[in-house]
Amino acid sequence: MPEIIKRKKALSVSPLKASQTIGAALAFLGFHRSIPMLHGSQGCTAFGKVFFVRHFREPIPLQTTAMDQVSTVMGSEDSVIEGLKTIAEKNNPSLLGVPTTGLSETQGSDVNMAVSEFRKKYPEYDSVPVVPVSTPDYSGCLESGFAKALEAIIDTLVPNAEERGTVPGKRRRQINVLVGSFLTPGDLEELKDIIEAFGLRPVLIPDLSDSLDGHLDSADFSPLTIGGTDVSELNNLGDSLATLVVGDSLHKAADKLKQRTGVDDYRFEHLMGLEATDRLIQVLHDLSGEPVPYKLERQRAQLQDAMLDTHFMLGMTRFAVAADPDLLVGLSQMLAGVGGEIVAAVSPVNAPGLKQVIADRVKVGDLEDLEQMARDNRAEVLITNSHGVESAHRLEIPLLRAGFPQYDTLGGYQKTWIAYRGARQVLFELANILLTLEKGEIHPYQSIYAQKTDFREHLI
Amino acid sequence: MKQKDITALLDEPACAHNKKSKSGCAKPKPGATAGGCAFDGAQIALLPIADVAHIVHGSIACAGSSWDNRGTRSSGSHLFRIGMTTDMTEQDVIMGRGEKRLFHSIKQAIDSYHPAAVFVYNTCVPALIGDDVEAVCKSAAERWGTPVVPVDAAGFYGTKNLGNRIAGESMVKYVCGTREPDPLPEVSQNKSIKIHDVNLVGEYNIAGELWHVLPLLDELGLRVLCTLSGDARYREVQTMHRSEANMMVCSKAMINVARKLQDAFGSPWFEGSFYGVRDVSQALRDFARLIDDADLTQRTETVITREEALIDEKISPWREKLKGKKVLLYTGGVKSWSVIAALQDLGMEVVATGTKKSTEDDKARIRELMGRDAVMLEDGNPRALINIVRDNQVDILIAGGRNMYTALKARIPFLDINQEREFGYAGYTGMVELARQMVLTIESPIWSAVRQPASWQTSKNRKDDENSQQLTVNKGVG
Repeated sequence: MPEIIKRKKALSVSPLKASQTIGAALAFLGFHRSIPMLHGSQGCTAFGKVFFVRHFREPIPLQTTAMDQVSTVMGSEDSVIEGLKTIAEKNNPSLLGVPTTGLSETQGSDVNMAVSEFRKKYPEYDSVPVVPVSTPDYSGCLESGFAKALEAIIDTLVPNAEERGTVPGKRRRQINVLVGSFLTPGDLEELKDIIEAFGLRPVLIPDLSDSLDGHLDSADFSPLTIGGTDVSELNNLGDSLATLVVGDSLHKAADKLKQRTGVDDYRFEHLMGLEATDRLIQVLHDLSGEPVPYKLERQRAQLQDAMLDTHFMLGMTRFAVAADPDLLVGLSQMLAGVGGEIVAAVSPVNAPGLKQVIADRVKVGDLEDLEQMARDNRAEVLITNSHGVESAHRLEIPLLRAGFPQYDTLGGYQKTWIAYRGARQVLFELANILLTLEKGEIHPYQSIYAQKTDFREHLI
Repeated sequence: MKQKDITALLDEPACAHNKKSKSGCAKPKPGATAGGCAFDGAQIALLPIADVAHIVHGSIACAGSSWDNRGTRSSGSHLFRIGMTTDMTEQDVIMGRGEKRLFHSIKQAIDSYHPAAVFVYNTCVPALIGDDVEAVCKSAAERWGTPVVPVDAAGFYGTKNLGNRIAGESMVKYVCGTREPDPLPEVSQNKSIKIHDVNLVGEYNIAGELWHVLPLLDELGLRVLCTLSGDARYREVQTMHRSEANMMVCSKAMINVARKLQDAFGSPWFEGSFYGVRDVSQALRDFARLIDDADLTQRTETVITREEALIDEKISPWREKLKGKKVLLYTGGVKSWSVIAALQDLGMEVVATGTKKSTEDDKARIRELMGRDAVMLEDGNPRALINIVRDNQVDILIAGGRNMYTALKARIPFLDINQEREFGYAGYTGMVELARQMVLTIESPIWSAVRQPASWQTSKNRKDDENSQQLTVNKGVG
């Protein structure tokens, strides 16, 4: 178990953290015809929007309660009500999320009250589900905000089994899949493929692979999300055969879902690398009663072969990794699984899951900390988001982009990290990066007695 | 910041918007608002000052989603690209430890990065809990011997535009006039021409485009004391009060800076743009006019004649390709007219232009350029923009980055004109790049590919497919 080193310095330099608020917004974007409205100043939304637009290269539906001086001082509940009404009237969404910000939380805004006022005042919009969630940006990070939004969605929209009359396993082929923020749309697509390969029907909560996977729709414009899990599915989660949970950050959400529906769950820290994927396949095999498809056996064998091929480069390679807790756990375990060493590990916040990171120490901090640790421990490869470019440049080591945001690369959102196929590609990519470093290269030596006249200090 | 200070900033006598009922900023409407906050505006306006440590005092959302997020370039220091924030925690908020954290943060920034100065941006949460940022900055500056400048721009104070003004105000109040300009370097003293000092206010050196223009100014003997704020240094901002003429570049956002410099130091200013051949020439002429040096005026005309001839030759192959193409321009303020001229120079037809942030003056100029019946878009919601494109067979939409993916999803050729872009369009040479980028998207072979359904798809089939998909989803599988 790693030693967790807490934040000591006053100033955060080259921040690694993205806010809880936009994490929550992201979760809402994984539902069909949905729009999050951040309760705060308009900048909270503008920044969040740019953040996701640059990462996904997609239009991002996001609105704001636009708190100004007056509502900040006199109370902002009216802004929430007005905002809800405006959006409900104009767009008739299937889901309206209301994540709070540091501003509205510090002010003490009572969003639940505002929502019930809205219900009283405008019963004509009763069919529009509204989900408020408390996500001040002075605590947590993107991952925890995403998880909190899922908790709020389950609390608000998943009916109790008795109420709705759902029975676990009534839909024998339906599997609920609670997925954390560290799974990319590419990961989710892969996960769905695998589940479907066992003849099962996955219901992803939420499904960013259907809304933010970068596809060209036949409609030319929509003010709401196009694609994502249909909100009506939430009514029937209680009929599912089982729930898969991916990510330690979702424990609370999983507890709530289980409590409401009584559906058994299977929890995974992550799905990166051979071991984690094997467990997933075993669970699906047991649940479905189907044999493991040949395709997956084949992919497993391919991954094993890739592990053989790449372990020469990856073994004893010194990695520096900075990411939100779940992703950090997954990456560290996958790299350790091929003999890599995590010599610098940084997470923006502390979380119980960090105990699973395979490293001596995990620093709660920023990219300045990562750079420092990487330098002290002579890291050879950096793995973090696009903000790591400058650090990698100063350290003169290569960067593999992972996590949010990835704004200086195309298709980062679509990369698959999980399961056999994803792991294989990541291992190849890392091994190729290492090949370019020419690690084994021996510095030429010129004998003092040499008769050679063309000695060069650096080989070209 | 006190309400009366904000009101004073919103009341900008030099701005034509001032006279209208919606002077300054209309109240944003919850649920139907786009655009940044005051902090956003302040940070954008000052971040390009390269050798300053920019500390965002607040919780993580303000800096976390926005640092290292601009196309501006520096010719030297890269300190501005390092994001710094106090990243306030719940404990800081509850226990009121924000000021203390800020004080230590300033020390940490000075110790680790030795900046020319520290700028502290106040944001919503510390503003709400009453952190006295100005006092902390003052005592930190005294204690550590480095200038520390407060920029009190909490998001809820108002819009991005207000934030631009707050930023300008901070510069005028705390920085301008704190140092005299360097003596002229020897190289320029040897020349026979007289050197004049000028400022460029509101030029951000996006993609390095300022460097298209600077050589011309050098040649004319115009020393740019400071560009607020593209590729600027703290020591340059300090000397802004000594300029003989200021140019407000392409934006009314920091008009208060130009006005205050005039009030306090008597430096005259004009509003201009570096986009398009006509406007670059006009800007050079305006400098000569304000400085009123006969020799400069004459040399300016010589340079203009030479450069215009040169660029005309370079542009003509592009002009052939762009002639008669239809443009929908959706951008704010001065750009609404300055870019029109540039596009018309290329032989293109501007079918409509956005005027959301334009003043009556701007609109008058638009009418001058586009004729009486010019179509002006006050509200450019994405749907409306797409409809205009469809109704007028527009060839290309030119707008800010926020509209880029809207355009692409609707399969419309697009050019990004705002600050996030990766190409510089300013100056005479910038025109070639502008033309090249437009041709690149308009003539791309991808458009037919993305508009064409597959051979087995007809529009009717597609609809059916969608419906049946919808049904499956709703029904679920039992």
